Amino acid sequence: MRTMKELLEAHPFFAGLDDEAIELVVGCATNVHFDPDEYLFRLGDPADRFYVVRHGRVALELHVPGSGQQVVDTVEEDQVLGWSWLVPPHRWFLDARAVMPTSAISLDGVCLRGKCDEDPALGYAFMQRVAHVMYERLQSARVRLLDLYGGGRDAAR
Amino acid sequence: MTLRGDTTSSVRGVADVAPDPMLPRPFRVQDVRHDTDDTVTLWLDPLDGEPLGFAAGQFTMLQAFGVGEVPISISGDPGDPRYLQHTIRDVGGVTAALVRARVGDVLGVRGPYGVGWGVRDAAGADVVVVAGGIGLAPLRPALLELLGNREQFRRAVLVYGARSPADLLFPAELEAWADRPDLDVAVTVDHAPSGYRGRVGLVTEPLARAGLDPGRTLALVCGPEVMMRHVAEDLVRLGVPPAWVRLSLERNMRCGVGLCGHCQLRELFICVDGPVLGLDRAAPLITVREL
Repeated sequence: MRTMKELLEAHPFFAGLDDEAIELVVGCATNVHFDPDEYLFRLGDPADRFYVVRHGRVALELHVPGSGQQVVDTVEEDQVLGWSWLVPPHRWFLDARAVMPTSAISLDGVCLRGKCDEDPALGYAFMQRVAHVMYERLQSARVRLLDLYGGGRDAAR
Repeated sequence: MTLRGDTTSSVRGVADVAPDPMLPRPFRVQDVRHDTDDTVTLWLDPLDGEPLGFAAGQFTMLQAFGVGEVPISISGDPGDPRYLQHTIRDVGGVTAALVRARVGDVLGVRGPYGVGWGVRDAAGADVVVVAGGIGLAPLRPALLELLGNREQFRRAVLVYGARSPADLLFPAELEAWADRPDLDVAVTVDHAPSGYRGRVGLVTEPLARAGLDPGRTLALVCGPEVMMRHVAEDLVRLGVPPAWVRLSLERNMRCGVGLCGHCQLRELFICVDGPVLGLDRAAPLITVREL
């Protein structure tokens, strides 16, 4: 069985972090498992952690009056879930529901924020990684906002 | 080609005169399948009994008599051209008339036209097929050719993005493809109702995690142009050579034979030089706003 350090080192989100930084992160990490349809968190809950997904898939959902719950994104193996732990007011903006058996590493946001505050190099390394995740999600949302598949010149084929 | 007005041909009779490229052949609608709320697949039977051979990626000029003519990619199996197959989305005008076609109706067909995907160029290499929305229809012949000759290729990957689960084309076939051990299938949609268990996100996301061997990969990409640009950029960033990233461009094809100039994209006529172009040729063109 692999240690928490080995699990974190193997995840792309932590690629490039040195041993010392990984050791600091290990102190804030626990293994978690979610069954299908189990919620990881709900909109408005305190965002006190984030998740490094190892296996499975998690749907991010928003309730749309008249249309019910809508899945706006999914997060799966080799991705991370949640940045609200880093940004005030530290509340979840979405519901997160496992859509298949999902294994993840849960990282305590309060613990991690404390370590990032104490160690600016670690904080910067984390900010770079979280910023990259945010950049990718923003690009994805922007392109999908165009509703490219919905019509237009290319649509008849 | 025999020139019109060639008296030698005239005296020999009509049968010896090369067909006029502007003259449609009549095809009867043999079957209609409603794929989504705005998209149908038509099976067309040539009235003259002569199947329309084609290369994966080619298109025809499809005519609803009395309404008009539009370029539509062929979505059938190039290895089985008995019926001509077209998958058409209703975007108004001629396509609305084509989508309303019923069994027994007669449509006009010119072609096939254009340059295809050239799937066989990837013999011994990996192939990744990236489709967005209705773009799966022009890529289906390439996939069928690939799967029909599977032993000639190494890894095969299909990445398909659609607007929602209800908009996925060929769902039964997608399921069958996903069950194949020799084809990796990643489907993603822009949004979905709760309860959907598949991926939701941009089509480029599964592509980044497909584990491609970029130096030995032929990528075939078809979808809305913005989507193709993003996919192409990602493929090149992963290391796929631009000439091995092939895109199917949609322009205002009218004559289909490079005469009218409606589909001209700088020095290229998309109806004869395309619609499939390598990114090395297409990249300077698709990023120019005025083109």
